[in-house]
Amino acid sequence: MTELLAPYFASPVYLFVLGALILPLLPKGELRALVTLIVPILSGYLIWNAAPGLHGITTLGGLEITMMRVDKLSTIFGLIFSLAAFLSGIYAWHVRDSVQQIATLLYAGTAIGAVFAGDLLSLFVYWEGTALASVFLIWARRTTGAYATGMRYLLIQIGSGVILIAGIALHYRASGSIAFDRLTGTGPESWDLGVWLIFMAFGVKCAFPLMHNWLQDSYPAATVTGTVTLSAFTTKMAVYCLARAFPGTEMLIYIGAVMTLFPIFFAEIENDLRRVLAYSLNNQLGFMVVGVGVGTELALNGTAAHAFCHILYKSLLFMSVGAVLFRTGTSKASELGGLYRTMPWTMVFCIVGASSISAFPLFSGFVSKSLILDAAAENQYPVVWAVLVFASAGVLSHSGIKIPYFAFFSHDSGKRPKEAPTHMLIAMGLTAFACIFIGVFPSSLYALLPYDVNYVPYTAGHILAQLQLLVFALLAFALLMRYGFFPAETRTINLDVDWTYRKLAPAFLGLVVAVVRTVWGELARGALISVQAGQTALERLYGPGGRLEQVQRTGAMVLWVAILLGAALAINLITVS
Amino acid sequence: MMSSVLSHSPILVVLLPLLAGPLCMLFGNRTIAYFVSILASLCSFLLSVYLLSLVSDGTVLSYHLGGWAPPLGIEYRVDAANALVLVIVSVISILTLPYARKSIEGEIAEKHHTLFYACFMMCFTGLMGVTITGDAFNVFVFLEVSSLSTYVLVALGAEKDRRALSAAYDYLILGTIGATFFVIGLGLIYMATGTLNMVDLAERITSLENNRTVRSGFAFIVVGMGVKVAIFPLHRWLPGAYTYAPSAISAFLAATATKVAIYVVMRFIFLVFSTKFGFEKDTLTFIFFPLAIVAMFAASFTAVYQVNLKRLLAFSSVAQIGYMLLGISLFTVTGLSAAMVHLFNHALTKGALFFAIGAIIYRIGSPMLPNMAGLGRKMPWTSAAIVIGGLSLIGVPGTVGFVSKWVLLKAALEQNYWLVSLAIVLSSLISIVYVWKIIEQLYLQPAKSDDAITEAPLSLLIPTWILILGSVWFGVNAEFTVQVSTTAAESLFHGKFLEPATIMGLEGRP
Repeated sequence: MTELLAPYFASPVYLFVLGALILPLLPKGELRALVTLIVPILSGYLIWNAAPGLHGITTLGGLEITMMRVDKLSTIFGLIFSLAAFLSGIYAWHVRDSVQQIATLLYAGTAIGAVFAGDLLSLFVYWEGTALASVFLIWARRTTGAYATGMRYLLIQIGSGVILIAGIALHYRASGSIAFDRLTGTGPESWDLGVWLIFMAFGVKCAFPLMHNWLQDSYPAATVTGTVTLSAFTTKMAVYCLARAFPGTEMLIYIGAVMTLFPIFFAEIENDLRRVLAYSLNNQLGFMVVGVGVGTELALNGTAAHAFCHILYKSLLFMSVGAVLFRTGTSKASELGGLYRTMPWTMVFCIVGASSISAFPLFSGFVSKSLILDAAAENQYPVVWAVLVFASAGVLSHSGIKIPYFAFFSHDSGKRPKEAPTHMLIAMGLTAFACIFIGVFPSSLYALLPYDVNYVPYTAGHILAQLQLLVFALLAFALLMRYGFFPAETRTINLDVDWTYRKLAPAFLGLVVAVVRTVWGELARGALISVQAGQTALERLYGPGGRLEQVQRTGAMVLWVAILLGAALAINLITVS
Repeated sequence: MMSSVLSHSPILVVLLPLLAGPLCMLFGNRTIAYFVSILASLCSFLLSVYLLSLVSDGTVLSYHLGGWAPPLGIEYRVDAANALVLVIVSVISILTLPYARKSIEGEIAEKHHTLFYACFMMCFTGLMGVTITGDAFNVFVFLEVSSLSTYVLVALGAEKDRRALSAAYDYLILGTIGATFFVIGLGLIYMATGTLNMVDLAERITSLENNRTVRSGFAFIVVGMGVKVAIFPLHRWLPGAYTYAPSAISAFLAATATKVAIYVVMRFIFLVFSTKFGFEKDTLTFIFFPLAIVAMFAASFTAVYQVNLKRLLAFSSVAQIGYMLLGISLFTVTGLSAAMVHLFNHALTKGALFFAIGAIIYRIGSPMLPNMAGLGRKMPWTSAAIVIGGLSLIGVPGTVGFVSKWVLLKAALEQNYWLVSLAIVLSSLISIVYVWKIIEQLYLQPAKSDDAITEAPLSLLIPTWILILGSVWFGVNAEFTVQVSTTAAESLFHGKFLEPATIMGLEGRP
């Protein structure tokens, strides 16, 4: 018995499952919240102390299952996932909804399990686990809209799981192995259908272009705390899987470059700040995907480091916008503004997050993003490099400036909410501290990276280049705002900021957006019509009173027996030689 | 003493319930009848486990009834395949009896309770006998024993819903036709070979591939058993019988009756008739295979539109039978072991689900889905059991359903049948829809104001949860089932069953 189960205890997942089992047994209140803090701490401790190598090996129906593969790549993701779970636990201290608490635990647990899975089969189990656990964070809002969004989200997530298992089965058939290792072979030309399907499944969760819509659809629909949790795990798990299975696949460089680029425009014209963040999340993933695509040691280090930093500052931004939503009940740019008066701490933390994502020197984004940029430059991808630089400027504009500006400054919305609750401030403070700490002491992060690092982020060249970028982007924003004031009457300045902002950008982007939207809309409508037609046909055949459902006369049943006997006799007797 | 009793276990597993049936009637008291039945099933179960432990390494046991050597005497023959089926049937029987004791209170008039136990024992006897016997005609006899008692058991549901009578009538007509076809088939091959012992038959039949009588016999046997199996267009009796039978009987039949019939089909196809026969492969490829695929989809779609939960599960059973037939018609060892493992796994899952539905009916008195709105809060354990069982029907990892589908996919891919594996995955997606329909009613719909409903009594919950835990346990730890069913499949496919066997039960005989 113990021998049978021992392998399943090799991976820290069991901590989260146990936590989720114990939690409902505890009295409602702080004890339950405490469980959501202790479990990630224990898991982080286990991961930190885990000996490199393979643990928890067992066989299942003749297939070798590895529950726990510890190497530097999995460890850094495991650690940041534990840290993120811990921080979001603090942030959600006030939540008394045990469904959300259990879902968060299981979600973080399955994501960590996926990172340490050494074979594709257990990866698949965790893959679906994250999908099932996380949807409850959306449903926890308990509105009809959230329910519908959750269903759409679940459909796509489960869909990616179905693609994955199909890919695994085909891959197993072709290669006889379910090891979760490099699947690149000698490049995409050599991939069989199975590997392609696995790649696609990773792509869906990683929000590749045209597969990304679920992200912006669902993340802003979750609860205040749910969004913080959601932003950390699913997509980074997919990045990890890509880094594990497809490093150095050149195609990823271009996919990643597009990913960094297109969300910028959508983010610029978006009004809901949580959606802005969701688009910017997409853009940040692009950087990581480029890193995987370049695939050199420097680039993979960059991907891991960027994922680490990104989880922190993106959580921080979602936390601060979440705190605003929590206090004011809205996250729409047009309804917010001037909150710095009453939420000064939240504002400070938001700016720390914004500075990190914009890669200001001395903040975490700077020390990780430069790794990827340099890797792209070093490997002779000048166009990609330029795209990434442009995308960085875009990040600054929509996340670095737009978020804090519209939430806390801009026009005075007249709202005077209270400062965020203490536990939220603590969570944001800790996260902000981590962002700055990594920015000031990058060597502490570099020590965790998969490959040895001799990289100095703080050279005059890097700092100057980055500052130029930042200054010019700031200048552009200032000009934009300035320029935006002119056409409008001075007396409506406060209203105009929003109005101009939303008018200027669509001026050259509106067309693109409209075309994309129309094409998508038509495709969706076509699909809907054919689904409806199919449904009617199905109902006619199988539905109540349908041909197959009708209660039949016994004679009709017997007729079928006769028909089948006739067929069987015919087949058997015709072939007599 | 003990060892000489054990050495007769092949006959005892059948004999004990056979004696228990009349005893129930003779005592005429439902409490005594209940304990007699429990005792008989328990002994049968323990002996079946003992038999399985003897044959799980691939040994074949032979038992000569009354010491008469085959082919003249009747022979019982045990290998890994039928020992597994024996264990399934007896486990389900033990779990059904305590469940039935409570559940029939509201379904069957008290004066009929002893009759219920007696018929149940006869049905059990028949199923065990069909499984264990090595004599083709004996299969028919036991088949009739189980079928006749099943008709009565289904008709006993008439107390609650008169439609049980017409369901039992349909079942009677179709079952009888099936059995008649089967016995005609036996007659034909007896005519050609002059023997009824399976081992002997297999030996003599090898040279008769082009004999028209043998071929017609094969067609009759396969179609006759096909009615019992509920192969797709011959399944019409099944939804009615499962829907209107008492809850305990629905669970018992769903978990055992069709499974035993499938086992018989396997045995005739792979053992009695040689796998080398071209016509056999043709029948499988051109009849079984397309019908299996059609069943997987058509029955699942029909299940989606059901509002009677028992009927929904019954249609889902037809679809699941499709998976087993698909495994058989792949005509490989892996395919056969997929069918075997699904046979075991589906018995656990469907048994558990029918138990859970029965528990709900016990409380709310109706199998209709709309009446179950919001029961998730009032009957948390029962509802949770339905959720886990439903997940297993879909084939979510961590449940037995996943193991079955995985092995089946492996078998299909082994033959490079891409479209078939796609069909398996797609039809599983349909099952998500009907399982979701149930979950939605239980958990997401506002509860009806009737607050008097409480959790089901323990005697209903415990059998349900034993099966549910079983479907999780064997889902996580699939080593045992996969291994046994692979041995079983190899034994069937390579004709190990026919090799010279260890003879049991010679001790204490002159």
